[in-house]
Amino acid sequence: MAQPKTLLRKLWDAHVVSEADDGTALIYVDLHLINEVTSPQAFESLTLRGRKPWRTGSIVSTADHNVPTTLRARGITDPLARLQVETLAANCARLGIRHYGMNDPHQGILHVVAPELGITQPGMTVVCGDSHTSTHGAFATLAFGVGTSEIEHVLATQCLRMAPLKAMRVTVSGKLGTHVSSKDLALAVIARIGTSGGVGHALEFSGEAIAALSMEARMTLCNMSIESGARIGLIGVDDTTVAYLRGRPDAPTEADWPEAERHWRGFVSDLGAVFDAEISLAAEEIAPRVTWGTAPDMSSPVSGVVPDPDTLADPTRRAAFRDALAYMDLTPGTPITDIRPDKIFIGSCTNARIEDLRIAAAVVRGRRVADGIRQALVVPGSGQVKADAEREGLDRIFRDAGFEWRDAGCSMCLGMNDDRLGRGERCASTSNRNFEGRQGAGGRSHLVSPAMAAAAAIAGHFVDIREFEGDRR
Amino acid sequence: MKAFEHVSGLVVPLDRRDVDTDAIIPKQFMKSIKRTGFGKNLFDSWRYLDDGEPDADCSNRPRNPDFPLNLPRYAGASILLCRENFGCGSSREHAVWAIEDYGFRALVGVSFADIFRNNCIKNGILPLTLPPETIDELFARTREIEGFDLDIDLTSQTVRAPATGDGWNFEIDAFQKHCLLTGLDDVELTLLEEERIRDYEARRRRGTPWLFRQTG
Ligand code: SF4
Repeated sequence: MAQPKTLLRKLWDAHVVSEADDGTALIYVDLHLINEVTSPQAFESLTLRGRKPWRTGSIVSTADHNVPTTLRARGITDPLARLQVETLAANCARLGIRHYGMNDPHQGILHVVAPELGITQPGMTVVCGDSHTSTHGAFATLAFGVGTSEIEHVLATQCLRMAPLKAMRVTVSGKLGTHVSSKDLALAVIARIGTSGGVGHALEFSGEAIAALSMEARMTLCNMSIESGARIGLIGVDDTTVAYLRGRPDAPTEADWPEAERHWRGFVSDLGAVFDAEISLAAEEIAPRVTWGTAPDMSSPVSGVVPDPDTLADPTRRAAFRDALAYMDLTPGTPITDIRPDKIFIGSCTNARIEDLRIAAAVVRGRRVADGIRQALVVPGSGQVKADAEREGLDRIFRDAGFEWRDAGCSMCLGMNDDRLGRGERCASTSNRNFEGRQGAGGRSHLVSPAMAAAAAIAGHFVDIREFEGDRR
Repeated sequence: MKAFEHVSGLVVPLDRRDVDTDAIIPKQFMKSIKRTGFGKNLFDSWRYLDDGEPDADCSNRPRNPDFPLNLPRYAGASILLCRENFGCGSSREHAVWAIEDYGFRALVGVSFADIFRNNCIKNGILPLTLPPETIDELFARTREIEGFDLDIDLTSQTVRAPATGDGWNFEIDAFQKHCLLTGLDDVELTLLEEERIRDYEARRRRGTPWLFRQTG
C-alpha cells in the first residue's frame, strides 16, 4: 500500500509544477483573491514590466478594508481610501477581472464572500494578499496569505515558489460545551502553542469536536490559525463540507457534481499519516475566553482573572505581559467579568457570517445595550450576509437593542475607515487581533466570541455566557 | 528583486517579542498606492507621541525620547536587533518597504513570521535568526557598547562583532539565500518554466474541469 499521507501533503503534491532537490517547489495557484489595499503596487509593477495576468478567470476581487459601512450613497469621503478602491476597480475593469465593487450586493470581506458563493472549493490552492486567507483551509484548501511581491508573482505566473511546510495536527476530543464556540477553541489553541508556535507549519484540526462544527465555525478556527504563526489552517472534507457547497452559485453544476464530490472526499489525512507535531485538547475543558493583552495568546477563561506577570519565569515574556497590562490599563488579579468595554464590535472575517449573527441576535433579542456602552456595531461580513440577516429579521433585533446595523466590510477590525476606537477606548470585539492600536490608535481590544460580545453589550461588562440571564423585555 | 550580500553597520535594539506589522507600519499608511516613502512612518505609534497621518511632514512631530530609533547613539543604524516572532500579523509588505526605506538592510532576531520573512527576501532584506542565548548576548552588547556594529556576510553565513571579536554562523534556507545573493527577478525565473506551467494547467483542466468552468 502507498505511504499514508497527510492532508497537507496531498494538497501540496496535487499542485507541484516542478520540484527542486531540496523540496522547494513551484506550486500552481487555483484561486487568487484580491483586495484594494495590498494589490495596487502589484498591478502597477506588473504593468510596468509589460506583463498580463496569467489567468484572469482565477481571480476574484472585492473592496473590503477601506470601504465605509454607512451612508454609501455619499461615496467614500477619505480621498486616499477612495483612490485605492477606485484603483482596484479600474485595474479589474482594464484586465477583465471579476470584481465586486462597493455597491455590489456581493461585496464584502473576501474571506466571507468567496466561501459563501461557493468559489472556495476543496482541493484548491487559494492565495490572497491578506494573512487571514487561512480561513479557506476549512474547506481542505491550501490557503495562505502573501505579500504584494508575491501577488505580482501569482498574477504573472499563476504560481508561487515555496519551501515545504510542516504539518501539525491539533486533535480536539469530546464536545464543546453549550455556548462555547470555535472562537473560544481558537483562543485556547493559541494560548497553548503561543503566537509563534505554528510558524513554519500548517495546522490541521481534527477530532470529534471538529467534526461536529458547522462550516462557519470551522472557518473561524482556520481564520485564527495565523494568530499562532501558522500560515495555514486545515480541516479535512466530510459531509458537512460537501453539504455546505451544494447549491452555491459557483459550486460545480449537477453534471460535474459527482466527479467533483468524489475528488473532494479524497482531501483528508490518511489513517496512519505521520505529522511533524501533534497536540491535543479536550473540548469539555474549554470555557468561553476573553483576551486581556495585546497578543492573541494573552487570553483567560471568562471565569478567570487578569494574570500576574511576576509569576512568569521567562524575562522577555514577563516584560511583554507587563507592557500589555500597562497598555490595556489592567491590574493583575482583576476578575475578567469586572472589565467594562466602551464599545462592542460584532464583525470581521472571523465572526461576521450569518451563523455568528444568529448567535449574537439570540443573546440580544428583547434586551437593551447597557448604558455604559458608547457604541455597539454589527457589521455583516458581506452584502449577502446582510441580506440574509434582514430576511430573518436579525437587523431589527439588533437595532431594537441599540446596536447600529451597518454595511459589509472590515470596519472596526482594523479601523482603516471611520469605524475605530479612540485613545483609551476598550472594545469587546469578535475580530482576530488585539495588537496595540489595531482597532484605532490607543484603542484596547478584547477578543471574544459573538455570544460573549453580545452578552457584554447587554451587561455592560464581560459575563460568562453560560450563566448569562439578562432580563428580556 | 534587490540583492543582498553583505552589510556592516550599527545595530539598534528593539527589545520586544511579537512585534506585529501593524506596529511596524500602522494601517493609515497602507492607504498609499506607492511602494516608497514609508520609512518616516516606520514604528509610527512608538516613535512619535502624536497620531501620524499619511502624507504629513514628520520632521516637526513630537518624538518619543525613549524609543531606541530616536536615540542619537543609534542614528544611522542599518541592522535591527529583535526578538521572537518579529513581523507577525498582517501580510502587508508595506512593513518591509518601511524597514527598507528607513535604511535597514538586515534584521537579526530569534524568529520571524512566515509571510514577513518572504516579504523581506523579496525586498533584499536579510531576516537572520540566531539562538535565543546569542540574541540575549547581542542585546546586552548593544546596551553596553556605544557604536556596537555587526558585520554580516551572507555567502559565508557568518556574523561578526568587530568590537568584541565574537563570531557566529547562521542558517538560512538555500533557495532564499540564492534569491538574496543574486537579486534575481523571480517572475522572470519562474517564467523560464512557462511550458511546465502550461502542461500542469492543461492536466489540471482535464482532471478538475469544474475549476475552470465558472471562472474561465
Ligand atoms: S476583517 Fe479584519 S482580519 Fe479580516 S480581512 Fe478584514 S481587516 Fe483583515
